[in-house]
Amino acid sequence: MSALLKCRQLTLGYGNKDVVRDLDYDVNAGDYLCIVGRNGSGKTTFLRGLAGLLSPRSGSVELCDGLKRNQIGFLPQITVVQKDFPATVEEIVLSAFQGKKFFLPFYGRAQRERAMESMALTRTESLAKSCFRELSGGQKQRVLLARALTAAERLLLLDEPVTGLDPESADSMYRIFADLHREKNMTIVMVTHDIEAAQKEASRVLDFNSMTV
Amino acid sequence: MPLFDTLLYYLDFPFVRYAIVVGVLVSLCSSLLGVTLVLKRYSYIGDGLSHVAFGALAVASVLKLSSNMFIILPVTIAVAILLLCTGKDARVKGDAAIAMVSVSALAIGYLLMNVFSTSANVSGDVCTTLFGSTSILTLKASDVYLCAVLSVAVLVTFVLFYHKIFSITFDEHFAKATGVHAAFFNLLIAVITAVIIVLAMNLVGALLVSALVVFPALSAMRVFKSFFSVTVAAASLSVACSLVGILIAILAGTPVGSTIVAMDIVAFLLCYITSLVRGRS
Repeated sequence: MSALLKCRQLTLGYGNKDVVRDLDYDVNAGDYLCIVGRNGSGKTTFLRGLAGLLSPRSGSVELCDGLKRNQIGFLPQITVVQKDFPATVEEIVLSAFQGKKFFLPFYGRAQRERAMESMALTRTESLAKSCFRELSGGQKQRVLLARALTAAERLLLLDEPVTGLDPESADSMYRIFADLHREKNMTIVMVTHDIEAAQKEASRVLDFNSMTV
Repeated sequence: MPLFDTLLYYLDFPFVRYAIVVGVLVSLCSSLLGVTLVLKRYSYIGDGLSHVAFGALAVASVLKLSSNMFIILPVTIAVAILLLCTGKDARVKGDAAIAMVSVSALAIGYLLMNVFSTSANVSGDVCTTLFGSTSILTLKASDVYLCAVLSVAVLVTFVLFYHKIFSITFDEHFAKATGVHAAFFNLLIAVITAVIIVLAMNLVGALLVSALVVFPALSAMRVFKSFFSVTVAAASLSVACSLVGILIAILAGTPVGSTIVAMDIVAFLLCYITSLVRGRS
């Protein structure tokens, strides 16, 4: 099994505090990896490191096996800026394609269809023309997931994907991940508090509680 | 219609036509970028950079350069890059940095103008630079050409990279994680912002530049719900307010910059009321 992401001696932190220290870890193609741990244990920091949002203090995160950044889908947590952002769901989901090409002034039919597929999967199709700031927390989360699915070709990075969802929506989200993993051989890395679900679905679990920093 | 005749009479003067052309171009550009800046929580950047431009202008006039643009533009661009491209994850620092740079530039600029004053009426000069009371009516043909070229460059860049700008405005982290060259586009936004602010300074003066950047975006955001419609509405509103403002200023003899901003405030209030009425029904 080939590695998609290789972390070597990885140290990540903010200010003058190290949150992750000297971590050696490989994410392999085909993994369904759940990252668990207490608040402040460094799991989200680690995910940000994998996503390239945080430069390592020392060590490295390497994209292997020909993986490119624009083949990655990413579900971040909702930010303050987004809560009152005037944009339609469709505009947001389509923006997933901007990483694919440097110059992309228009979206083609194939791209619109792919975006609609992702919206159908996350049951946000009927919201396509709705304004993001007027949606409920759970709906917002599903829209950002649709965007992540649209961008994801080989790897999906998820930061607490079921936050703010009712149990039913959370279940349907887990089903989407499981289907992607099984049928499209998508590699999934998920930060979660939901240990039960993590153990049920994941092929590997990385527990930050057991790591001492 | 005597009012209409007066207007036609004034439109015969080239400087009035210049003012209208520059006014429309600058308000169009500033409102387009204003949407992004407001949403990225950089509303104050207009204020900060316009003070920097004022400081640079003071330096330029002390050095008696033939064209002030050659010093104002590079200095403002450099500061814009410094403010917009650092400290994205340390917003408090960025905020304080804008305040610091803004106040320093204003103070040093005024100091230089005072110490090395070339005219007898320093406070009048400063007032003109800050409030742009007459500068738009004293534009030369070369100013208009420069302004037109820069505005068209800004417009073309904005249209071509509209979706990229949306993507990094809505979610810079997602954009960066999925392969968008976020650093490059932030740099681009910083440069465009600086260019627009220097242009807008000619129109409404350093102090009122913020209004031109912030008001159309805020007004449009009250009423419209997609990024595209907000952008189009902000641009249209801004152009309309500037046109009406310039015409009123010419006919009534009021200061151009302040009149335009007054129109922007009226437009904002109208949009605000519209959104309230809509919320009720």
